[in-house]
Amino acid sequence: MEINENDVSSRMEEHSISIKINGKQITLKTQPWVSLLDLLRERLNLTGTKKGCDHGQCGACTVLIDGKRINSCLTFAIMYDQASVTTIEGLADEQLHPLQQAFIDHDALQCGYCTPGQICSAAGLLMEGNAHNREDVKELMSGNLCRCGAYTNIVDAIMVVKEGKNDSF
Amino acid sequence: MTPFKYFLAKNTSDASFLFENHPRASFIAGGTNLIDLMKENVSRPDTLIDINKIPGIDQIETLNNGGLRLGALVKNADTAYNEIVRQKYPLLSDAILAGASAQLRNMATNGGNILQRTRCYYFYDTAVPCNKREPGSGCSAVGGYNRIHAILGASENCIAVFPSDMCVALAALGASVNIHGSQNERTIDFMNFHRLPGDTPHLDNNLQSGELITSIDLPPESFNAHYSYLKLRDRTSYAFALVSVATALKIEGGLIKDARLALGGLAHKPWRNTLAEDFLKEKDPIAANFAEAADIILEEAKGYEHNAFKINLAKRAIIRNGLTAANLKKI
Repeated sequence: MEINENDVSSRMEEHSISIKINGKQITLKTQPWVSLLDLLRERLNLTGTKKGCDHGQCGACTVLIDGKRINSCLTFAIMYDQASVTTIEGLADEQLHPLQQAFIDHDALQCGYCTPGQICSAAGLLMEGNAHNREDVKELMSGNLCRCGAYTNIVDAIMVVKEGKNDSF
Repeated sequence: MTPFKYFLAKNTSDASFLFENHPRASFIAGGTNLIDLMKENVSRPDTLIDINKIPGIDQIETLNNGGLRLGALVKNADTAYNEIVRQKYPLLSDAILAGASAQLRNMATNGGNILQRTRCYYFYDTAVPCNKREPGSGCSAVGGYNRIHAILGASENCIAVFPSDMCVALAALGASVNIHGSQNERTIDFMNFHRLPGDTPHLDNNLQSGELITSIDLPPESFNAHYSYLKLRDRTSYAFALVSVATALKIEGGLIKDARLALGGLAHKPWRNTLAEDFLKEKDPIAANFAEAADIILEEAKGYEHNAFKINLAKRAIIRNGLTAANLKKI
């Protein structure tokens, strides 16, 4: 395709992508510089995923891509054509996801702004299977900051789900 | 962020072709560093060439010589948790897991890790001079707040440090980097890959414009009996190193037969000093010998206003990590 370097409209070119978001296949057009986070929040109204630092430092924007947790602020939506994205809105089915219930049960938040990212990150952590004890959970959750300092309860909530004790709580 | 055009490369020659037609392009893989730099207007490519779908460079495979090839597109997390890497090159696995966060390691690729740029705050701040960002504009870290900066191999033009943990282990292990160019393929020894700042601090490494890293080779000698990666930083997780040390030893009959000491957070590249490594050969793995090796390495160290503490910290880290590696009981 010939692109005229001086033609603003061609520079603003939109690309068509098809992404499965929370189980639903969506085809839309996006400009290449739109982050996955902005696509979710601004285009698809999935505002559960939060914008904190927008630099990959706080983890509030964590979502799952094909089951793996990533920072949606540090990636362009256009790079996820044909991928499957799960956000906090897609974790629960009929009932709350066990992590969501555990966060409530353990009072694992104060203001709640970091919570969607914490829960998506924890879901990724459990699927990855590399955390074998409480120390591992703390280390592998270090990409999610909580400025209210609810860390102790967050780790409690994750440990309960990890050990399958959620129902007995 | 400056608007840009986007192309998806089908293979390495397609990537080269796209680059030739868009010489102000950047390749993008994980993007965790590049996108951040683009948001800050530090990097302003007019085109992104997405290399994520290039086949054949996203695997880890055993080499005929007994070494291991790490594809450039393999994610840092997949590399660190790979069973062969864990068993055979645990130093590399530990170093990778000491860096970044779980989310970033799921995104960042091996090729991108090598190519990440300094986190010098003056480099990131487009309002102030920086020779790395804007050649000839001056260095704000020299005479500025330079607590995180270099004590080895710096120049008056730049005292930035290279931030990778993974690369410190790759330096210690004696890796090599395989590169695809439009004209030819070539391989660079790891210690010749990154550059010291000298008069050209804008050049981080010896990759030429348009060249693409395809893989990293690890040699057969894996040092999986006596190794340790020690990372010292302001918090115990998810922070860049003030000082890090990768130590790999071969010990027979109680004596050190081969030693590798690579340092991170101290220079513009992972730092090795073969004089210090040679000194340790045929020596007892005891604190006094590691201290002397540290003195050899740090003899040329130069502290600035706020980072002179790194000299002593590095020495103590080298001693402690040497003892940890020597006394390791697992294989």
